[in-house]
Amino acid sequence: MGKLAGKKVLLLGERDGVAAPAMEESLKGCGADIVFSVTECFV
Amino acid sequence: MARVAIRGYSYCLSHTPELALHYGNTPYMERVSHGETEYLKKLARSMQSFDEACSYAPNQAFIGGIDLDTLAGQPAPMYQNRLEGASRFGRFGEIMPENEFLGLIDICDVFDIIWLEGSFAADVSRELEKHPLMNGKLMSRLEKGHDSSEIEKETEEHGALPLLCQGRVVGCCRKGHDFDESLSAHVLLENIASKAGSVLALLHLLKTTGLSPTDIDYVIECSEEAAGDMNQRGGGNFAKAVAEIAGCANASGFDVRSFCAGPVNAVIAGATQVASGARPNVVVLAGGAIPKLFMNSRDHVRKGIPPLEDCLGSFAVLLDADDGTCPVMRLDALGKHSVGAGASPQAITSALVYEPLQKIGLSFGDVDKFAAELQIPEITVPAGAGDVPAANFKMIAALAVMKGELKKEEMASFVESKGIPGFAHTQGHIPSGVPFIGHACEAIKAARYKRVMIIGKGSLFLARLTNLSDGASFLIEPSSGRSGEARGVTPEEVRGILLEALEDLSKELTG
Repeated sequence: MGKLAGKKVLLLGERDGVAAPAMEESLKGCGADIVFSVTECFV
Repeated sequence: MARVAIRGYSYCLSHTPELALHYGNTPYMERVSHGETEYLKKLARSMQSFDEACSYAPNQAFIGGIDLDTLAGQPAPMYQNRLEGASRFGRFGEIMPENEFLGLIDICDVFDIIWLEGSFAADVSRELEKHPLMNGKLMSRLEKGHDSSEIEKETEEHGALPLLCQGRVVGCCRKGHDFDESLSAHVLLENIASKAGSVLALLHLLKTTGLSPTDIDYVIECSEEAAGDMNQRGGGNFAKAVAEIAGCANASGFDVRSFCAGPVNAVIAGATQVASGARPNVVVLAGGAIPKLFMNSRDHVRKGIPPLEDCLGSFAVLLDADDGTCPVMRLDALGKHSVGAGASPQAITSALVYEPLQKIGLSFGDVDKFAAELQIPEITVPAGAGDVPAANFKMIAALAVMKGELKKEEMASFVESKGIPGFAHTQGHIPSGVPFIGHACEAIKAARYKRVMIIGKGSLFLARLTNLSDGASFLIEPSSGRSGEARGVTPEEVRGILLEALEDLSKELTG
């Protein structure tokens, strides 16, 4: 469990940066509550 | 091993600031939501003229007016350091002004969707008569025009969208059905504009390759628009509609969609048809996207820079059999972002760059140039999206370090030597690797490059069907000088064969 344990987390991913599913994967098991996750494209 | 020749290519821009101001999605939604706000007033005042668009170095690089080394040497910001004496025509295509493009849209309209005002139609007719690619058959499709009162009535009472040029209403785009949203004036305008851009690119391709329209066997279209009606929203088929206008009577075609990865997937689809012998030649093409015009203009206006996203992009590429005279696509090293590959930048880059190279025994250093997303940084950086081409090259360099093929301290020089500057408009599918095909083929023919990789990536998640993205890639190399399967084996192929054999042996030994 990390410092995000128990925190509600919003994930905004970017197509040419880090996509939201990749962030979700990296946060697995840290106890964070991912309440919103989306990847957007600005180009 | 199958190789397919890249016989020709064309790239065009249509400078359409009024279409951008009224129907680009960002200004359109602002107007619908908040009316004529200060942002929209400033936007209208700060739009680039046609001459300014022509003298903007990245636009010239796109149409082949300058090469990429010249572009890289241009002082920044390039919108304040414009080229002198720039022509609307380049080696690959042209920048068409808005009045002519509206005329071309009308030429491409087969359902009387587009109406032009009479005096405007006459003016445009005179301009297009002078265009080197317009012939009698195309010009006969341009309407004589309507009275202003008819256009006013159509826009005020029947849901047509006004078409403007230099601040005045010069026509309208009518809806195709009273209730069908898929045939609304808005959708039809986007579709016909995309079709017109494709037609323009195809006409330039025919000119540069010296082919007759009837020589074309097949067309694959790969824009991001959806043609259909309420019962089949994306039924298609742009490809055949484009071929019809260009006079390609012997061609058929279909459409490929995968957001920005569409063009690379379409080129691969076309190449495999040629390689299998199913088609003697295939043209892959796409027109531009009106909604993406002025997409980042809110930030441009706020920061006092010109709203640069005022051009629709289009391209066409001709593929046919390798006869030893043209650069070739390799079909034994296609990059594929599979469903299970993962969404991290590392996983995507590995699937699209590392794995296809590894498959044929090559390393990162064996590729002279990588071309992924090629958006113009002066458009994206002020909007907070960063330098997208540079970000992609850094990811490739980082992966090369992780794979032990590059030292960390060599990353900057790798990016410098293997990357290229962005020179494509933020037109979604247009910047995704394919704008480099023309420059790459020229450099390969001049023996300046021996291998380049074209990479396309698409944001599938925007359609709310999946969280996945897509990607595809392919390599371009010089021709062997001999045709097709009859040619010899290169040292790289020998390495690939040996690696494959060693892998098989290793599997056998380890059970």
